[in-house]
Amino acid sequence: MTEPLLSIEGLTKAYPGVIANSDVSFSIGKGEIHALLGENGAGKSTLVKAVYGLLRPDSGQMLWRGQPYAPAAPTQARQAGVAMVFQHFSLFDALDVAENVALGMDRPPPIRKLAARIREVSTAYGLPLDPSRLVGELSAGERQRVEIVRCLLQDPHLLIMDEPTSVLTPQEVDILFRTLRQLRSEGRSILYISHKLEEIRALCETATVLRHGEVVARCDPREQTARALAEMMVGTALHRPERPAHKPGRVLLEVRDLNLRSPYAFGTSLKDVSLTVQAGEILGIGGVAGNGQDELLAGLSGELRSRADAVRVKGDPAGDKGPTARRALGLLCAPEERLGHAAAPDMNLTENALLTGAWREKLVRRGFIDAGRARAFAERIIRRFDVRTPGPHVAARALSGGNLQKFVIGREILQRPEVLVVNQPTWGVDASAAAAIRQALMDLAQNGAAVVVISQDLDEILEVADTFAALNGGRLSAARPVKGLTMEAIGLMLGGAEGDSDAAA
Amino acid sequence: MDFSSFNPMVLAAALMVAATPILLAAIGELVVERSGVLNLGVEGMMITGAVVGFTAAVTTGNPYLGMLAAMAGGAALSLIFGVLTQLLKANQVASGLALTLFGLGFSALLGQGYAGVVPPRTAKLDLGLLSDIPVLGPILFRHDPMVYVSVAIVVAVWFWLTYTRSGRILRAVGENHDAAHALGYRVLRVRILAIMFGGACAGMGGAYLSLIRVPQWTEGMTAGIGWIALALVVFASWRPVRAMLGAYLFGGILVLQLNLQAAGIRIPAEYLAMSPYLITILVLVIMSSGRARKSLAAPGSLGKPFHAAG
Repeated sequence: MTEPLLSIEGLTKAYPGVIANSDVSFSIGKGEIHALLGENGAGKSTLVKAVYGLLRPDSGQMLWRGQPYAPAAPTQARQAGVAMVFQHFSLFDALDVAENVALGMDRPPPIRKLAARIREVSTAYGLPLDPSRLVGELSAGERQRVEIVRCLLQDPHLLIMDEPTSVLTPQEVDILFRTLRQLRSEGRSILYISHKLEEIRALCETATVLRHGEVVARCDPREQTARALAEMMVGTALHRPERPAHKPGRVLLEVRDLNLRSPYAFGTSLKDVSLTVQAGEILGIGGVAGNGQDELLAGLSGELRSRADAVRVKGDPAGDKGPTARRALGLLCAPEERLGHAAAPDMNLTENALLTGAWREKLVRRGFIDAGRARAFAERIIRRFDVRTPGPHVAARALSGGNLQKFVIGREILQRPEVLVVNQPTWGVDASAAAAIRQALMDLAQNGAAVVVISQDLDEILEVADTFAALNGGRLSAARPVKGLTMEAIGLMLGGAEGDSDAAA
Repeated sequence: MDFSSFNPMVLAAALMVAATPILLAAIGELVVERSGVLNLGVEGMMITGAVVGFTAAVTTGNPYLGMLAAMAGGAALSLIFGVLTQLLKANQVASGLALTLFGLGFSALLGQGYAGVVPPRTAKLDLGLLSDIPVLGPILFRHDPMVYVSVAIVVAVWFWLTYTRSGRILRAVGENHDAAHALGYRVLRVRILAIMFGGACAGMGGAYLSLIRVPQWTEGMTAGIGWIALALVVFASWRPVRAMLGAYLFGGILVLQLNLQAAGIRIPAEYLAMSPYLITILVLVIMSSGRARKSLAAPGSLGKPFHAAG
């Protein structure tokens, strides 16, 4: 490797109140898979947006094959040969695959020719796609294929991938890695952004670690342990949550043959879902996004009602009850979407605390809000769960994702639930906050509650759960003890119905 | 009752004329909503187009110059909405309602002194052989040119949205503005252009009313058909051809009930007058009641303000 493909020198970008990137320098060689490591908010996304022309750095410069490079728009970046696969897919649900691909190209050929090209390229890289399907009907893995194929059709020299594996099954990750290695062997470079350390160790030959917007380390990840990489990222030694194994208790939550039709567009209906959770047990439910997680949460929380005996809490039929009645029984939930589902964005933290805590915490008396108690409850959540905010008068929208997540999980835990259901409890939360949330869930189970953790992060499930079940196409597998479960076995459980998931959709 | 005045052929011919203003306004609003913007100011833009077109036509003596002026007037008014909602991020619903109220008042002011004036006539198109076809000729081929212009616009919009790259970009912006922005499309520019197209179409629809259909200027003469056009777009699931069918249905019942009134049918005139609104909405609701299909059809970013994040 002589001249680097892209070098970044002293790049700085500040937002009001935050320095996102401070004097960042590194370079990417030809045919290199370069990892960009860092926690949420470390400045990874800002950096790649500058490379892709979505924002302009305040100072510093970039060199592309030795020439000054300052793209003013993504079009210019694409012309230079930079392509990007976004973390939150930049896809249009109501358009078909070919149209989506065409929108990402500067001079797309006619749709019919493009469709043929899509078939050709996607098969050549082992990512088969049907160009005429609506993107809204595709699984997360297939959506990512659309993004990747869209990039590949432009014959890029540098492919930027922002957290590409967060929504994939282990098998899908393997396919992706095979594709990426094939791209490397063709002399293309890849800038790979992730905080999953094992992946980076398996795939990348160089890594740049960012913390608070600064480059804190450069290394060859193959020569480092995952723990060493994590500590570079976080800057301190990591505390791993722990607890003793659970002892069987009485069944607190029982679901029998729950069938629910999905009310959401592109949703997945639940089919004959059955599960039981005992006191002190944490049941982890894995699965790729869009396989019925939202529907399962809604069915358990009471947002979607069913037959009375389909859901039993402590033996009492609760399937026909709404969320408030189920809360009274001791079944509490924290949904995935923080803004708009778990919390009302424009209401302050006191009001948000009131929204679910009003009854169990007796924050309402004779129809009037007890302002003092409500504020005290919000303050208790903030203190106990280390929510970084000036106070309970702040609007939920103003909190960072991780802090709001701590707040909404804390709000439910402090109401002493007997059954707690959480969906994606640590999504988009940095490592130390995630550890705190997991510890809190474990403590809750330790004190005798039954906990259901729905998550797409398998590492998280393996860390906290006693039993594991997989959700696929709206069906839930039988639960198995986590102890002794291999990644292979989990992958098979997750993808076990891979073949008929299309028919079910 | 006297049914001797009933002539299905005349009725069918009148239907197209009655439907044209709604059709024009609806197709404009359809493009606006496909780009992800909800402009509730259709009524205001129509009435402004009606008065601007009327005054321009009377002054110049040429109805087509009047049409052009009406388009410019509607587009100019919609540009106010565009600046407010797209650049200044004002609430779309409130701005749209304000636009309607403003348009109604402003048009009354501009139209002072024009009440009772007779506008220049718009000639019916003579399509030679086609116009002479029995039955079909009088129904389809003996109208003024604007009827055909409106149909041509519908077909062009359908073709443009379905088959062209720029139409695809407009749909993409309406479907997911964050993704469109991430791919490097100018969300605000696309939307402002769409809003102006919608304004021009609504203005043209208004002028059709004051110059051809009535033809006269009276205050508040749009009488709520801007709202019908808005409803039409939603119930037509944002599809141009369905919107056209809806508009013709409305036009048909409008003409029919007028004839029934003239024939002296024993139903109070008020019931007849409300029937086109009621029946159109009813039929469209039934047409679009397929659950999954409806949620698929609405543009994903409809009515949401776009903030370009970092």
